Amino acid sequence: MPEGTVKQGIGASVRRKEDKRFLIGKGNYTDDINRAGQLHVYFLRSPVAFADIVSIDKQKAEKASGVVAILTGEDVAADNLGGPICGWVPTNKDGSAPSEPPHPILANGRVRYVGDHVAAVFAETLEQAMSAAELIDVTYSEMPAITDLKTAMDKPQIHDGMENNTYFDWELGDEAATNDAFDKAATIVKVDIRNNRVIPNAMEPRAAVADYDTGDERYTLFTTSQNPQLTRLVIGAFMLNIPESKLRVVAPDVGGGFGSKIYVYPEEAVCVWASKKLRRAVKWTADRTQAFLGDAHGRDHISDVKLALDKNNRITGLRVDTLANLGAYLSAFAMVTPTYLHGTLLSGVYDIPAIYTNVKGICTNTVNVDAYRGAGRPEATYLLERTMDVAAKQVGMDPAEFRRLNFIPKDAFPYQTAVALQYDVGDYEPLLDRAMAMIDYKNFENRRAKSAKNGKCRGIGMSTYIEACGIAPSAVVGALGGRVGLYESAVVRVDPTGTISVLTGTHSHGQGHDTTFAQLVCDKLGVDIEAVEIVHGDSDRTAFGMGTYGSRSLAVGGTAISKALDKVIAKGKIIAAHMLEAADADIEFKDGKFTVTGTDREKSFGEIALSAYVPHNFPHDRLEPGLEETSFYDPLNFTYPSGTHIAEVEIDPATGVVELMDWVCCDDFGNLINPMVVEGQVHGGIAQGVGQALYEEAAYNDNGQLLSASYMDYCMPRADHFPSLKVENLVTACTHNDLGVKGCGEAGAIASPPAVINAVVDALSPLGVTDITMPATPQKVWQAIQSAQTKAAE
Amino acid sequence: MRTITMKVNGVSTSHDVPDNTLLVSFLRETMGLTGTHIGCDTSQCGACIVHVNGKSTKSCTILAAQLEGAKVTTIEGIANGDELHPMQQAFHENHGLQCGFCTPGMVMSAIELVEKNKNLSEREIREGLEGNICRCTGYHNIVKSVQDAAGKMGG
Ligand code: FES
Ligand code: FES
Repeated sequence: MPEGTVKQGIGASVRRKEDKRFLIGKGNYTDDINRAGQLHVYFLRSPVAFADIVSIDKQKAEKASGVVAILTGEDVAADNLGGPICGWVPTNKDGSAPSEPPHPILANGRVRYVGDHVAAVFAETLEQAMSAAELIDVTYSEMPAITDLKTAMDKPQIHDGMENNTYFDWELGDEAATNDAFDKAATIVKVDIRNNRVIPNAMEPRAAVADYDTGDERYTLFTTSQNPQLTRLVIGAFMLNIPESKLRVVAPDVGGGFGSKIYVYPEEAVCVWASKKLRRAVKWTADRTQAFLGDAHGRDHISDVKLALDKNNRITGLRVDTLANLGAYLSAFAMVTPTYLHGTLLSGVYDIPAIYTNVKGICTNTVNVDAYRGAGRPEATYLLERTMDVAAKQVGMDPAEFRRLNFIPKDAFPYQTAVALQYDVGDYEPLLDRAMAMIDYKNFENRRAKSAKNGKCRGIGMSTYIEACGIAPSAVVGALGGRVGLYESAVVRVDPTGTISVLTGTHSHGQGHDTTFAQLVCDKLGVDIEAVEIVHGDSDRTAFGMGTYGSRSLAVGGTAISKALDKVIAKGKIIAAHMLEAADADIEFKDGKFTVTGTDREKSFGEIALSAYVPHNFPHDRLEPGLEETSFYDPLNFTYPSGTHIAEVEIDPATGVVELMDWVCCDDFGNLINPMVVEGQVHGGIAQGVGQALYEEAAYNDNGQLLSASYMDYCMPRADHFPSLKVENLVTACTHNDLGVKGCGEAGAIASPPAVINAVVDALSPLGVTDITMPATPQKVWQAIQSAQTKAAE
Repeated sequence: MRTITMKVNGVSTSHDVPDNTLLVSFLRETMGLTGTHIGCDTSQCGACIVHVNGKSTKSCTILAAQLEGAKVTTIEGIANGDELHPMQQAFHENHGLQCGFCTPGMVMSAIELVEKNKNLSEREIREGLEGNICRCTGYHNIVKSVQDAAGKMGG
């Protein structure tokens, strides 16, 4: 819809309602919250990757000034506390259950990664807690660290009772049919893929403030969470054995998450536990080093990919064998990310008759790895889109035309993939065509020649991606073995004066829900956006909901709001019928007015709201007072956003520095509620993907030390790394939710890494370089050029 | 411990502060000005940027005790009553913020950048903001915001 035709409703780029508080310094983040008499907790972390704890001597530390208590794994065991749990769990290919070793919130007898929590020191000030931690004498009996993904299976077990340091060994697809495709193939393409390990780095470090009220025997936890209701469930029911009704979890303003704030970590649970034990409020805020060491990392896969083509270069089969590094412990989505969210995406936007994948989840002495923006889908997209480029080159086709040849045709929807998912709708060629036009693809060789004149290597690379969003339909998830479906809740509460509160189970930490969701209300009820408040993040206020991740908030949470609004309108009609003395069926609702069809008798929305709360003679048998409706919406299917991203790079072969020269994309997110917010999400996603492709790497050495544990060693993308990004959209509306929306939060991060690497390889191919792993740092690029040239000279 | 007197957002204030108190802790904890954020421990993210005597300064990298007599301006001090500073307004108009965590530092950096040079090119803005990390926006709309504000601040 062209901008300007709608002012506040669906399709308008309404400026965000939430901006002001952030712009004037009145945001309310967890670290901004203080409770009277609070203690500060500092976690003593393991300096070694793998060791038995021989002894912990805390006597000296306990006497240090300001120290109130020091708790260790023994206290956790004595109080019989549980650890973080895993949500969806795959089944091993032999039908057995995966291995889910316990994760004590303070290490008990053994540490398994550098940063593992050894002791919690509680003191009057943070400085006192930190100084006291230095006085704790821990004796470790060290074992060789296991950090290499390829050899971890052959090493001693990190957890007792585990086999081959393997959490699970999972498969999907038809192996026999896939083998058959390779037997008959005219061309077989083989690619080794490494998906580098990255660290989410939300700018707000994680934090928690817990308080126990001895009067009503109730805990309150303020925490940096993407899903406070789930945090409450996990901490209450699985970790600390607190009745949920006795635990309030509030996620106030949260400074970005990108997956890393989905999970319940030991620190929050320790704060809650100690707040009662010590009868004092407890505050913890991570510094950046702790964030590097302790926040769940992302990606870290090695995959062998094989693609079978027939003599017409049509894909006939795909086989992917993946090792996924999950680190020392499992967190909520650790097992689902490399399996259901990865294997099911392997068909991409292509018509592939036979696919088989095997994924092994491996335990190593590193921090846990879990969902990070895109979660499994970037890994799948990266391997597939890199392979498409390698294949195109191998058969001598233009990468765009090779993709086009293999696209699922637009009349093939709904399309059943060979890996469980059924895509409801899509049209991939127009997205490709538009992106190619945006970047002037056909004249690229002129630009390459021009750069060459300046001694630079120019390259172009694309990625035509799909993702499965709006997680998650319980029917589909259940069929795949998931423990829970991820529906969403919404309560629409109309006040007597016609203002409206929407209570959502999702959580906004940058996505602009306060605005986008309010637009849904304006659109349906015809009220002004200023009359709408979106409430999220407080378990005492909202209904149970699943939170925000997996680009689900609008597709699932927004649809729940839409359904609750429909119920409000339906009830409003009955009230109007009663007031206007008409039949229910004769009332229509339009532009904020209830009218008796074909007459000028009408009641405004505000009048109906008021009379709902000051009712006159409501017919008791069919009309209750009040105007508040709830919906729990369980989606029917995933949603399937898709698009084409194209990157153009220039490389200085003398230094290996890759410069991003141009970026275009054309995405299909279904209907857009707020195009400005959508564009912003795409920009941010692209930057994160570019970060992974060019700059970021979580590097552990052989001893299991994290070498990249600060911004000195971990290169974050900065403003001067980017050109202006050109973002456009085309729409095929989702067929199975009321709003026709698909989700946009992860697309950029999913699409961009292969586009960058394809462009880098394209730029370097005249020099004989055929592959480069992420991140394509200057050093790596320079070395690739040198070794290609040495090889050529031989 | 020493008594430090400085002007914070135009108001003169005197406090006893331990010698090792960072300006950012002084602002957040003593003054209750929590708009200034802490995003790292190596002086590299810029979330903590405030103006000290008119200059962009990483408040995590300077001690309160060094600032006797200084004028400090934080994100809370740049609007004129209910009227946003042109830079704040431009961030709002151009969707220059998402989670808002980097925003105070970004806005404070950008104001100094524009005050020093009102005819910034896109490149110069990008290079000028190189000391501020944002994980949400991909910087695109931040750059647009600064361009917009530069126009309004009399460029
Ligand atoms: S807090 Fe990161 S630069 Fe000051
Ligand atoms: S808006 Fe979230 S870090 Fe910049």
